[in-house]
Amino acid sequence: MREAFGVYVHIPFCARRCDYCSFATWTDRHHLQRDYLDALHRDIGRSVDRPATTVFVGGGTPTLVDPDGLAAVIRSIPVVDGAEVTVECNPDDVTVEMLATYRAAGVNRVSVGVQSMVPQVLASLGRWHQPDNVERAVEAIRAVGMPTWNLDLIYGGAGETLADWERTLRRSVALQPPHVSAYALTVEAGTPLAAQPDRHPDDDDQADKYELADDVLTAAGLANYEVSNWARPGHESRHNRLYWLQADYLGFGAAAHSHRTGRRWWNVRTPDRYIAAVAAGESTEAAGETLDDDTRRIEGLQLALRMREGVPADAFDPADLDRLDGLVEVRDGRALLTRRGRLLANEVSMHLR
Amino acid sequence: MDIAKIRNFSIIAHIDHGKSTLSDRILEITKAVDTREMRSQYLDSMDLERERGITIKAQNVRVEWKGHTLHLIDTPGHVDFGYEVSRSLAACEGVVLVVDAAQGIEAQTLANCYLALENDLEIVAVLNKIDLPAADPERYAGEIEQVLGIPRDQILRISAKTGVGVDELLDAVCERIPAPVGDPDAPLQALIFDSQFDQYRGVVSSIRVMNGKMTSGSRLKFMQTGALHEIIEIGARRPATTPLSDLGPGEVGYLIAGIKDVAEARSGETVTTANHGATEPLPGYRDPKPMVFCGLYPIDGDDFENLRESLQKLKLNDASITYEPESSGALGFGFRCGFLGLLHMEIVKERLEREFNLALIATAPSVEYRVHRTNGEMELVDNPADLPMPQAIDYIEEPYFRVSIITPKEYTGTLMELCQSRRGDMVKLEYLSPERVELHYKIPLAEVVVDFFDQMKSRTQGYASLDYELHGYERSNLVKVDLLLNSIPADAFSTIVHRDKAFAYGSRMCEKLKELIPRQMFDVPIQAAIGGKVIARETVKAKRKDVLAKCYGGDITRKRKLLEKQKEGKKKMKSIGRVEVPGDVFISALKLDD
Repeated sequence: MREAFGVYVHIPFCARRCDYCSFATWTDRHHLQRDYLDALHRDIGRSVDRPATTVFVGGGTPTLVDPDGLAAVIRSIPVVDGAEVTVECNPDDVTVEMLATYRAAGVNRVSVGVQSMVPQVLASLGRWHQPDNVERAVEAIRAVGMPTWNLDLIYGGAGETLADWERTLRRSVALQPPHVSAYALTVEAGTPLAAQPDRHPDDDDQADKYELADDVLTAAGLANYEVSNWARPGHESRHNRLYWLQADYLGFGAAAHSHRTGRRWWNVRTPDRYIAAVAAGESTEAAGETLDDDTRRIEGLQLALRMREGVPADAFDPADLDRLDGLVEVRDGRALLTRRGRLLANEVSMHLR
Repeated sequence: MDIAKIRNFSIIAHIDHGKSTLSDRILEITKAVDTREMRSQYLDSMDLERERGITIKAQNVRVEWKGHTLHLIDTPGHVDFGYEVSRSLAACEGVVLVVDAAQGIEAQTLANCYLALENDLEIVAVLNKIDLPAADPERYAGEIEQVLGIPRDQILRISAKTGVGVDELLDAVCERIPAPVGDPDAPLQALIFDSQFDQYRGVVSSIRVMNGKMTSGSRLKFMQTGALHEIIEIGARRPATTPLSDLGPGEVGYLIAGIKDVAEARSGETVTTANHGATEPLPGYRDPKPMVFCGLYPIDGDDFENLRESLQKLKLNDASITYEPESSGALGFGFRCGFLGLLHMEIVKERLEREFNLALIATAPSVEYRVHRTNGEMELVDNPADLPMPQAIDYIEEPYFRVSIITPKEYTGTLMELCQSRRGDMVKLEYLSPERVELHYKIPLAEVVVDFFDQMKSRTQGYASLDYELHGYERSNLVKVDLLLNSIPADAFSTIVHRDKAFAYGSRMCEKLKELIPRQMFDVPIQAAIGGKVIARETVKAKRKDVLAKCYGGDITRKRKLLEKQKEGKKKMKSIGRVEVPGDVFISALKLDD
């Protein structure tokens, strides 16, 4: 098998900004879209030196830009046969035509930003799409014969009851998704949410909701394979696994991150500067870091621990394994997080050696 | 040197009333320090002093002004260091009282002025910061006149910041403060009023010659310790050390005599010549007596020896610290340390952590109790863990302070309430002026050391000021409150409190600890108990969630850094049984009072 190599493409435009979001995205620079897609095209052309095993187009809102323009960018990325090619979609934007255009460009997986199926919860997250749009988007996905797809959910915001969350989960699994990502709402510095402490999530509430998600998704045939990800067998996201296995990837676009054998770097943050750098034939890198061998090794363990396969049992001191009883279990020489352990993965990570 | 041309004086001022700025300005105006080299607050050399804006160790400096030799003797600026103030004053004939023209005189300043008056020192009063818009020199001149009997027309108005009036102040020092009196032919008597340890030169003492002459190269006798030392160097600070061949009566300077430990050259020590020396020491010597005690334990048990060495080194420069090894079932091996007060304790802990790179946990501070056993014996107990079994105790006495608080009159009620809640007895209440009141209370020291000062400040928007001195021991109804973490007694956290307050104390400590102890991987019960009977209980619920939700390309670096930070944080935690506790948990718990 070929060595995994991923390409990430960032689309930094949104119709409006969700108030928990800290990503590089803008609501007032739509006039740059054309130039931005051109810049991506050129940057990919000058930088990608081998075919990718996975491609992921995220944002921002990729479905906000011209589908043909985006399709052209995707086509310009050399890929191996059987490569996984994902585009993140806003359910409000999705149409059969759009997905057909993507599909024709080689896209074989979409990830739908559902967040919640309860209108007032969506409103409290600062999002405005109607839950019905999710069902319509899934119909479109089926209509174009998209081989696999994902629903992205967020739980634990203030104002969301456990019953609300259960409703979101039930309505989601009713759509029979092959893959679900469920993320605990996280307060990021500098966001409007960060400035409102009374809306900050509660750890115990989020723990309850995590356990509920795990129950409902598991019962629906979706197995947990990473802390926040569940999939039917064979539908795990290969692109995401590549991050967790410390494989190489190149990121294109504003603020995109790249990694190559222990060196990481990230691009300039604004689309304007990205466009300018590419136009000038300059590097788009803003800064980077090189990991020493030991840091890289420990980081690899920290990432692997979050996955179903876990880490070699000897990554823990046997005495620590005793202390972590109930959080970690050892099977066939591998140390695996239990469900309780997944919720406390940071704490468990402290003991990796 | 002509003794008639010498003037020795200290500056007495409340924190922030401008003593350091005035010292700086004097050095500048007398050209002792080049303006370009002028480092703000030249005399406060320790980093901590500069950060906290207070002077801990006295310095002294010699400057020239219109044919006079002036010795400016700095005094420590905090109530914990009262004895050192008295020694500094013993080296002077006068003081410059600096009062903030926008704030008026404060309790500790007043106490130091009384000390100066008792020592027959001339007081030159100045109102500083007259450049401030809020300055009200007329009002505070009236107050100084009323309280200290200094005629208001003699009170100078200056701005140490801009330099206005500082020349006139120096003139007034020369005119009003008397020249020292001393007999050059009498046997040598010199007072040590400060000693500091210098890594290269050993102990450098600040001295004031009272009688006789100190000559370079001669042998000296230290009258309290009885030790003999040869002079390696004497001289004056200008402010750079300048060697001199001799120092005569009235002169202030420094002495280096190959001494390795400041405890052998303590403030108040009298130095004379080894042969034909004085027969009587100068009066007023007293061992600095620690008032507050706590256990200091290294968070990493392997640091025990480092802690011992660090304490040794600190003590070279601060003879008032006491320490002896102790062990605790909960915390392992550490030291029982004695301090002059709570600020002193915090400064020492901070210096150990900062300068010696140690992570420490401090136990709850305690005072020294007199425990009278049923068999008639009396013992001193400064560690609650050492308190005998209740049946072996006849009665216990605790130390009391006489506290004086000066406050704008509108805060009288809230301060009386504070003092009463701390088991204080009012001695008297006086009006210093129509607007300001001085409250005198007798309060158990144990109630003062905790956060009395902070409480007083917060209740009065910082306007009240405090001075205190030891009153004596009195019998009290005291019990020991024990704390149990995860059902294991944490001996180091036992505290002695008044029986009437034991229940409230126990409940409050449990509540505070519940806030301060981070959630662990399991439920942690916190209990307070008296003699095995649980009086309060709280539970720190087990932590259920500690994981980053997302971990993709851009999150990986962030996640790693987060985990590194979390791991660093753990190093500052002390394990008590299986429970990880922050190193300052007890100081914090006590500070969060009310």
